[in-house]
Parts: sequence; C-alpha cells; structure tokens
Amino acid sequence: MHFNPNVCATAAFLALSAGTAFAEGELKLYHWFDYIPQELLDQFAAEYDVTVTMDTFDSNEAMLATLKAGKLGDYDVAFPSDYMVEIMANEGMLDTFERTELTNFENIMPQWIDVSFDPGRNSSIPYQWGSTNFAVNNAAYSGDVNTTSILFDPPEELRGQINVLDSQGELLALASMHLSIPQCTSDREQLQALNDLVQAARENWASFGSDIAKDSLVSGDALVSMIYSGQAAKARAEGADISYAFPSEGYVLFADSAVLLADAPNRDNAILFMNFLLEPENAAAVSNFAQYGSSIIGAHEFLTEELRNSPELNPPSNATGRFVQACVEDVQVVYDTIWTNLKE
Amino acid sequence: MAGPQLKSTDTDNSNYAGLGPWLLLPSWLVIGFFLVLPVGLMLIYSFLTKEFRGGVVWDFSPAAYDQFFFDRGLFGDSAPTIELTYISIFWRSIWQAAVATILCLLIGFPTAWFIATKTGSNRTIWLFLITIPYWVNLLIRTISMKFLIRDNGPLNELLLSIGLISEPIHMINTNFAVQLGLFYSYLPFMVLPIYASVERYNFALSEAAADLYATKWVTLTKIILPVVKPGVIAGCILVFVPSLGAFLAPDLLGGAKNFMIGSLIEEQFKGNAGNWPFGAAASMILLSMVLVILTIYARQQVKAGDR
Amino acid sequence: MAKHIDIRKFTGFRAIAVLCLFLLYAPLIVVSVYSFNDSISITTWGGFSLRWYEDVFFGPEAPKFKQAAINSLTIAIGAAVASTAIATAAATAMLRAGKFKGKSFSFMLINLPLMVPEIVTAVATLIFFSAIGFVSGYMTILVAHIVFCIPFAYLPIAARMQSIEPFYEQAALDLYATRFQAFRMILLPLMAPGILSGFLLAFIISLDDFIITNFVKGAGVETLPTAIFGAVKLGIKPNVMAISTLLLLVSVVFVTLSYLVGRMGENTEK
Repeated sequence: MHFNPNVCATAAFLALSAGTAFAEGELKLYHWFDYIPQELLDQFAAEYDVTVTMDTFDSNEAMLATLKAGKLGDYDVAFPSDYMVEIMANEGMLDTFERTELTNFENIMPQWIDVSFDPGRNSSIPYQWGSTNFAVNNAAYSGDVNTTSILFDPPEELRGQINVLDSQGELLALASMHLSIPQCTSDREQLQALNDLVQAARENWASFGSDIAKDSLVSGDALVSMIYSGQAAKARAEGADISYAFPSEGYVLFADSAVLLADAPNRDNAILFMNFLLEPENAAAVSNFAQYGSSIIGAHEFLTEELRNSPELNPPSNATGRFVQACVEDVQVVYDTIWTNLKE
Repeated sequence: MAGPQLKSTDTDNSNYAGLGPWLLLPSWLVIGFFLVLPVGLMLIYSFLTKEFRGGVVWDFSPAAYDQFFFDRGLFGDSAPTIELTYISIFWRSIWQAAVATILCLLIGFPTAWFIATKTGSNRTIWLFLITIPYWVNLLIRTISMKFLIRDNGPLNELLLSIGLISEPIHMINTNFAVQLGLFYSYLPFMVLPIYASVERYNFALSEAAADLYATKWVTLTKIILPVVKPGVIAGCILVFVPSLGAFLAPDLLGGAKNFMIGSLIEEQFKGNAGNWPFGAAASMILLSMVLVILTIYARQQVKAGDR
Repeated sequence: MAKHIDIRKFTGFRAIAVLCLFLLYAPLIVVSVYSFNDSISITTWGGFSLRWYEDVFFGPEAPKFKQAAINSLTIAIGAAVASTAIATAAATAMLRAGKFKGKSFSFMLINLPLMVPEIVTAVATLIFFSAIGFVSGYMTILVAHIVFCIPFAYLPIAARMQSIEPFYEQAALDLYATRFQAFRMILLPLMAPGILSGFLLAFIISLDDFIITNFVKGAGVETLPTAIFGAVKLGIKPNVMAISTLLLLVSVVFVTLSYLVGRMGENTEK
C-alpha cells in the first residue's frame, strides 16, 4: 500500500524531532472559520519570521465564552463583530494601542474610524464588512425573496428545509426587524411577541448551524439558509443556484474588526500583523477570499471584477442595514431564555 | 529482602503484600487530582452565582438548580411552576438513547448469538470483523453516516436508481438520523458482552428443554435469556450510558436543532448561553443519573453473584 | 448430533448478523470509495484518482493536518505509556498484594473515568484547569487523556494478570530473588501481551477522543479529530474522506496487531 500508516507514523516522528527549529516569534490568532486565506498567513509568517497559529470559532458568543473560559492570554488577535467589540472592551478583554504604532493607520477609510463600538479605534482596526441575511434556492422558490417572511413565515414549499445560524444575536435581530420592534427591547409585550414568533417559526426550520450554512446550500441539505453574505457568494461560486436576500424589513449589517487582546503573549507581533492587514493589497486579498467588503483606502483596485459587482455587496437602496446591538444584562437574560426555549 | 519470610504467611495472591498502597499511589494521585477534584469543584460551581457572559462569582446561589427545575416565566418573576424545558431535553436524550439501545439489542443479540454458535476460525473471523469498527474513530464513523444518508447522498442515489423510491428520503437533521447515528456508534458495545455470555452458555440446557418439547421461542425466552441476561444488561448499559451524553451524533446528524444533554451542557461553556453554574448543575444531574443506573446494575450483579 | 445444531440455530439470526456487518461497514466503505473520486463535488463520480491523498499530504491544508497528526500521535503515545505504567502498578496492587485498606475503593476509583460521562469529565476538567490557572495547550490535553486512558489500559492488564498463577514468582522468591527481581524477571515478561493490549487500547482511545480534547485544548493546538471536525463543518470535502480512509487503515492495522498480541498471549499460556 502506498500510504502505509506505519510510514506516516515514522515520518511524523522524524518531523517532530526536527520540529524544534521553529522561528522565534509567534502569533496566535482567534478567527472566524473560513475567513482568511492561508497564503496571506504564510506570507506574513515568511516576511516577519513569525510562526502563525490560528484557531477558529463560529459565532461571536462562542468566541467570547471560550476567551472567558480561561483562554484569554493564549491569543494575540481576535476578530469580533461590531457589537462584540464593545462587549469585549467593557469586559476588559481588550488592550489599547497608539495610532503611531500602526504606520498604516491612515489607510482606514475615515467613516470606519469613528465607529460607535470603538470610537477613534483604540483597540481595533476594521477587518471586513458585510451582511447577515439568508439565501434561497432558485429552483425551489420563485417568489420575492426580499422579505424576512422567508424565515419567519415561510411559504409552503420551503418549510422544513431551512437552516438558520446558530447565533443568537443575528437571529433575534432579524426577528426583531420582522416584527418592527427595536432590538434589545425591554418592553414585555414585544419580548413576548419575539419569543412567540421564533417559537412558531422553528417548526419550519430543519437545522441550526453557522459553519454548515454554505455546505447545506451547496449540497441541497437546505433550500434556505440564513448566511453571511460572503459565504453566500462562495456558495454561488461553488455551484449553488441561490439568491441572496436583502429584506425590505431591514437587514443585519456587520463590521468585523481585528482587536488587540488583553494579555496578548506576543503583543509586538500582533501590532505587526494588524498593520499588515491595513495594507491595501492584503486587505483586498482577504476580500477576494472571503467575498466581503473592505474598509481600506486603495484596496478597491485589487478587488476582482466579480466581487465589485457581487449582488451580496450591492444592497438595493430601499433596504436598511442595522448592526446587531449588545443588550443590557436584564434584557440579555430574557434573550437567553428565548434562545433556550427555541432550541428545546 | 523480606520476600522469603513473607511467603510463609501469604495467601496465593499476595507476593507483593504491603506494597499495595504504594503501587496504587499513582492512580490515586492522577485520578484523584485530575478527576475527583474537578468533579468536586464542578459541584461547588453549580452552587455559585453566574457572571454575566460566562464565568462565576463566588457567592452561594441555588439559582442554577432553580432554573433547571422551576419555570418563572419569560421574565423570571412569575409564580414558579415546574420547568419542563430542561426536563424534556433530558427526556429526549433518554428517549433517543433508549431507541438506539433497543435497535442495538435487536440487531446485536442475534448477531452475538450467531457468532457464539460458530466454531473455530469462522468465529474468530466474525469477531474480528465486528471489532474493527469499534476501533475506528467515532468522529469518522459519524461523518461517514452523515455522508451516506444526505438527501443526494449515495444511499438515496442507490434507492432512486433501483427504483425503490421516487424521490429522496429526507433523513439528515431528523431525530431518526440521531438514533441511527447513536445505534451505529455503539453497536459493537452491544455485541461483544452478549457474545461473551452466550459463549459461556451451556447448551445442555437447550437440549433438556427440547427433550421436554419446549418450542424454540419458549427455549429462547424462558431458558436462554435468563442465563445470558448479565451480558444483555452489560451491553445495554454500554450503549445507553454513552448515548445519553453523546455530542457528535446530535450535532452532525441532528443538525443541532434540538438540544440534547450533551449539547445543552456544551452551550453553557462554549456557546451562546455562557452560564457556567447552570452547565455545572446540568452536568451534576447527568452524572447522578448515570451513577444511579450503574449502582442499580452493580447491586444486581452482587445479587446474581450471591445466588 | 443433528439435534445439537438444531438447538443452536434460530431462523433469521444469520440474516441479521449479515445485516449487522453490512450496517457497520457500508458507510465506511462508501467513504473509502469516494475518497478516490476524481471529482471536486463529493456526490458525482468523476473517475478514479489519488488526487485527494496528494492534497492531504501536499495541499494547502497539509501543514495543518500534519501538525494535528503529530499532536494526536504524540499525545496518544504519551497518554498510553503513562496510563499503561499506572495501570500495571495498579493491577499488581489489586491482584498480587493481598488484602489492604481501601482496596475496593481503589477499584472504584480506577474505573471512575469509565463511569463519568465524557461531557461531564470535559466540563469538570475545563473548570478545574481554568480555576488553577493551568494554561491550556498540549499539556492539558495530555493530562486529560492519561486520566481517561487508565481504566482502558487496566482492563486487559488485569485480565491477563488474573490468568497467570502466582507460583512462578513465588518460586523465584523462594530462591531468594528480591520482590523487585521477581516482578521484573518473572511477572513482567509473562505480562507482556496483556501490557501491550492495554497500551494499544489506551492508544486508540486517546486517538479517538474528541469531546474532552475540544474542551481542554489550548490556542492553536489541534488533534486530528478536532481538526477534522472543524473541516467537516464547512462541508464534507473529498480530502476529509481521504484522511478518514487513512485513519481507517491505521485502525485496521491496530486491531490486527492487538489480535496477534492476543494470540501470542494464548500461546504462552499453553
């Protein structure tokens, strides 16, 4: 047999004994799944003689939970979305830097510097922006997809074939827009209505999964999936015949950031890496890989033609995008109850 | 050394008398420090106050157990009634595990019997074939099952092409898929202990029954089953207990739509909820359930031994 | 004699046994076959090819999987060595050291990792490590694995030791061997097959673990199961099937080894 496992084992041992000759510097990233090209990491590793290791998460909440479960101090840079940057800052999980430490700081588009979740950008730099909506299989449904009813009051032919993200923030934000109530409302009637809405809708949902969203559309396991815009574009590229929706009731907009974590074991390399991400060419490489928008001046010219015109990055003018909000504790407790009821 | 002198007093299994505690010290230390102590700490954590978004505050609070057993409404201030959410999650897990166990028993018992009544190298080969999947990574077996049963996967393609069905059977992300996955994961655990007890079965008993004109069915239910019962019970426990806390099958095959005990606990530490005391409490409740089952089993074994 | 055969057979049991084998193997065989698929799509057959095996060893994700494989192997070997040593000492105490205080308690303790559900062990270990500030990483996985491998190593070792009569060592002791000499030169060689079985079982159990590893692993440290789990979530790709098939082969090699070891044991007993 060509691939003899014993040979593998022997090779593994040889590799291990030789493996101590690693570069001195290290960089540990905690990143979303499928969100950065390996080549870019390799390029950074080669350029600065740094060993880069990366773990991945599939929701902001999962990242927060893991970091709080004793993993803070293990990683240097993480990539939370807008509202999560604010939460992490309030939890004291972020370190701050001076603008002068990042020579490429001026590459950030001005509108992305004074953001609500990190005014003036003291702990974070913009990574990518996009939206979190849903995509619908064209063969299965020919009606108007630009309505949140697809998820919360689906037409007959889509029932039981829907995957939603396993992510409380985005799902309840979309549900709130469907009901035209504010996010993180403390009004009891509205919260009750929110609970009732998702309870009723779950009967039509087949699965909860974030990382499986793209695959479920490509493989046909689901006809509708709530999905990040870039993942939808990737699914299309892999042959799924789908339309990405921008519901007229409103849609979830996100702006992911790279943040400098408190107690980062390799703070200097973290700063180097963040600065590296602010290079227009590198920012564009991420965009071309992940199919999201960049907030870096000069990145546009490096984007593929396909991405510039992608339907996912060009929302119709009549739809409004909103960030997910971080709720106060009292409301969050109710949100958590709604979520558990939902998955009961 | 004191060896020869000791010999005079020892029974036949005490060549190393007096060294017992020393030889056991590593086990005590490792398991005591890295399992008993952690479980003890988990018990303490289940009585602490939860910190917002993960972690604990060191203040005593029965809130976790209260949340588990009492429903105080969406807003936490209604009069408490019995909470059904978590009980039904536990009930569902028990149900799924039970269905998987019964499936395993239905397939596993005849298989074990069949193998045990084979002789020589035939029996060895069958045993060998049944054992291999047990050594294959559980994750890989679960993935294989997922691949096989998806809507446009090989199983549906096959059934479609031979005309047995006209449109794909939807199996993935259903309760059935979870039961199938659990069944598939733990089937060898059912076969092996039953095999071991059938192997020791004295067929003269069956002969005697046949001489007395017992039908095969009567022989099976009245003679054989009572004798091989310990093997059957051991097999059921080996399937049921790991199924109860299973994580992979519900997550990969069930679409993570319905919480099971395993995913409910995981969610408290690695997911959205971030409620450590509650996760610890749910773990303690699961652990207690398993220990009760095992204690009943051990008692029965002792009783059987006394007879 | 015809009567004997009659008693042993139940109609349909053979069919069910064959069905059982089919159920156990069909998914594995299907995945193995599809790992040789030349097509990028996993559901359509595009001809025979080894490209996904090439992808596993030299593709863009190769370094990640290679590192995960190295971690898995070294952790499995470390955990198996440690737990086998601990279990051998424990078995000697339980079966060769007569009566002493706390013996039945010790028996329960050794088997405790088997009784506690995996998810509970995972949670308890996570809480404990985070409370004592044991920085998670390679070592946390190794320690956790040693703990739950002990009972698995203990079972075959104790079974073997029970089948070895104590006369052999007693004879050595009568001839003024020290107890250490009797242990090392008489008991240990006789125990070799049992110890090897225990080692192999512990090794495969460690290699298999996902849940506990997933809870206690530290930054950037993946084992094969956690790496595969992460990859599978994004879709069952042909390269995952190739890795699965390779691991399947490793398992077959191991079960064959342990079977041969078992045979060796039977022969030395005679």
